[in-house]
Amino acid sequence: MPEQRLAALWYDEKTPAMVVESNVVTFDCIPLDSGATLAPVEVAYESYGELNAQKTNAILVLHAFSGDAHAAGINHEIGKPGWWDNMIGPGKAFDTDKYFVLCSNVLGGCRGTTGPSSMNPATGCPYAMSFPVITIGDMVRLQKMLIDSLGIERLLSVTGGSMGGMQALEWAVAYPDRVVSAIPIATTTRHSAQQIAFNEVGRQAVMADLDWSEGNYYGKKPPARGLAVARMVGHITYMSDDSMREKFGRRLRGKENFGFDFDVDFEVESYLRYRGSEFVHRFDANSYLYITKAMDYFDLVNGHGTLAAAFEAARARFLVISFSSDWLYPSYQSQEIVRALRARNCDVAYVELQSNYGHDAFLVDVAEQTDLIRGFLASTYEKVQ
Amino acid sequence: MTAPAPKPQPFVRELLGRSDYTIIGEIVEPKTKVLDLGCGDGELLAWLAQNKGVDARGVEISGGRVQRAIARGVSVYQGDIDEGLADYPDQAFDYVILSQTLQETFRPRKVLREMLRVGRRGIVAFPNYGHWRVRLSMLLSGRAPKTALFPYDWYESPNIHFLTVHDFEDLAALEHLKVERRYFLSGARKVTLFPNLLAEVAVYLVSTSAA
Repeated sequence: MPEQRLAALWYDEKTPAMVVESNVVTFDCIPLDSGATLAPVEVAYESYGELNAQKTNAILVLHAFSGDAHAAGINHEIGKPGWWDNMIGPGKAFDTDKYFVLCSNVLGGCRGTTGPSSMNPATGCPYAMSFPVITIGDMVRLQKMLIDSLGIERLLSVTGGSMGGMQALEWAVAYPDRVVSAIPIATTTRHSAQQIAFNEVGRQAVMADLDWSEGNYYGKKPPARGLAVARMVGHITYMSDDSMREKFGRRLRGKENFGFDFDVDFEVESYLRYRGSEFVHRFDANSYLYITKAMDYFDLVNGHGTLAAAFEAARARFLVISFSSDWLYPSYQSQEIVRALRARNCDVAYVELQSNYGHDAFLVDVAEQTDLIRGFLASTYEKVQ
Repeated sequence: MTAPAPKPQPFVRELLGRSDYTIIGEIVEPKTKVLDLGCGDGELLAWLAQNKGVDARGVEISGGRVQRAIARGVSVYQGDIDEGLADYPDQAFDYVILSQTLQETFRPRKVLREMLRVGRRGIVAFPNYGHWRVRLSMLLSGRAPKTALFPYDWYESPNIHFLTVHDFEDLAALEHLKVERRYFLSGARKVTLFPNLLAEVAVYLVSTSAA
């Protein structure tokens, strides 16, 4: 699946590894949509390529739900390629020979940016469930503080898939003068009941695990079983019926006949269990709760009446991409974005790419996205030169 | 944003080997807003953006063509022009182009009305079904005509409506359209006499009579 393919692609290549490291900036405080204030707040980020003298070539890449700031290259500590390494690098879709690419871990995350597992300076303990509820708008506000601190006036592009696409849309609406273009991929302006439902199943799985202990599991046993189940559900929603049939079918795992017990029989069970248990090592259960809640709260229409009204301030040029087999963020949600932008006469390109990979396609289907994004960015960059 | 200097006019004559593109290239004023319906892989739009500095947008139903158009930097969205124009505000464009597309739409009359709602002017290019070769082909073969401009077998043709120069003139009158300019072409040559018989392609610049 995505991560494995990423690794495979990486090691196939003969190009020298781009070794990267994370940076952390600290800000005094950030006001939140809930009315609360978080102080202080740290942001972990990575950057690739060089910012040009006019500072016109910066692209902010926004990660999806379980992603982090390590989008590309080989991290010098963990030695692993970034989550979009097949798209970001010299000569790739986001060509680091030409553009300066940034990616930061989201607010509420657990990969270097302040989140529920961070130390609350007022108590000397992790925030846990005393961490304020955050929104996609808050995540973007923090990213803007980061961009300000780097002295970047306008971003050439903001881009990301899934939750990253929500942030890209939020950027275009909240800070219209700061983004020249936006590339929201496999995303929506607001979660449907079905999308909220899947997130709620995940949250309930975490909270039903007794080890969760109302969120106070730090230094103790984490709610690994609950978080693993949540991730298993997630992985089902990222695939498609076709891709699961192709990848697993009804094949049995290491046996000729059913075991007539509740050990692993099918390949698909083995895969999901592996994905679930692996996730526990890299993700904080409370971050799972907070970030899924932020996605569910996201609603670009809220306060505007219509989506077209929400885009009233938007100035960016848009490239919207969806995937035919993505049933978690179906194409109709991208088409809603496109229709609203057209109603505002905004500059928007849209295509539904044919793919069997379901929602995962935005991480996997590299070749077609590369052509689209390269052409879109080049023509956008030409206009700001 | 600076527009690139226009290339010398003679280049327009050779535009992409399509005579209707040549005429459209001549009609469209620089720095205008243009929507091309059924824009294919965005050749014409890319040329207009490069050479006339227009704000170029397109609609195309084929995903593969949309991909190629976006890859060349043109803002095209994948959609059906029979339904897809409703979202645009009135008079959003200076020109709306239907380059050999009208005969492929399900409801050409509605598409014409919509194009002149969202655009101040419409440019309509279509293959002339009244050309003598088409008539002769049908007369002699007794089968659906096949010519250079109508090269398809009837069961594979994307064309679902067939119209002649006279037919378009009639429809323009019926819709109270103002025909601002008309061009008739045979290959790269302009036709002046008997266009309904001699023109392979007709290009019309139309607007609503009220405008």
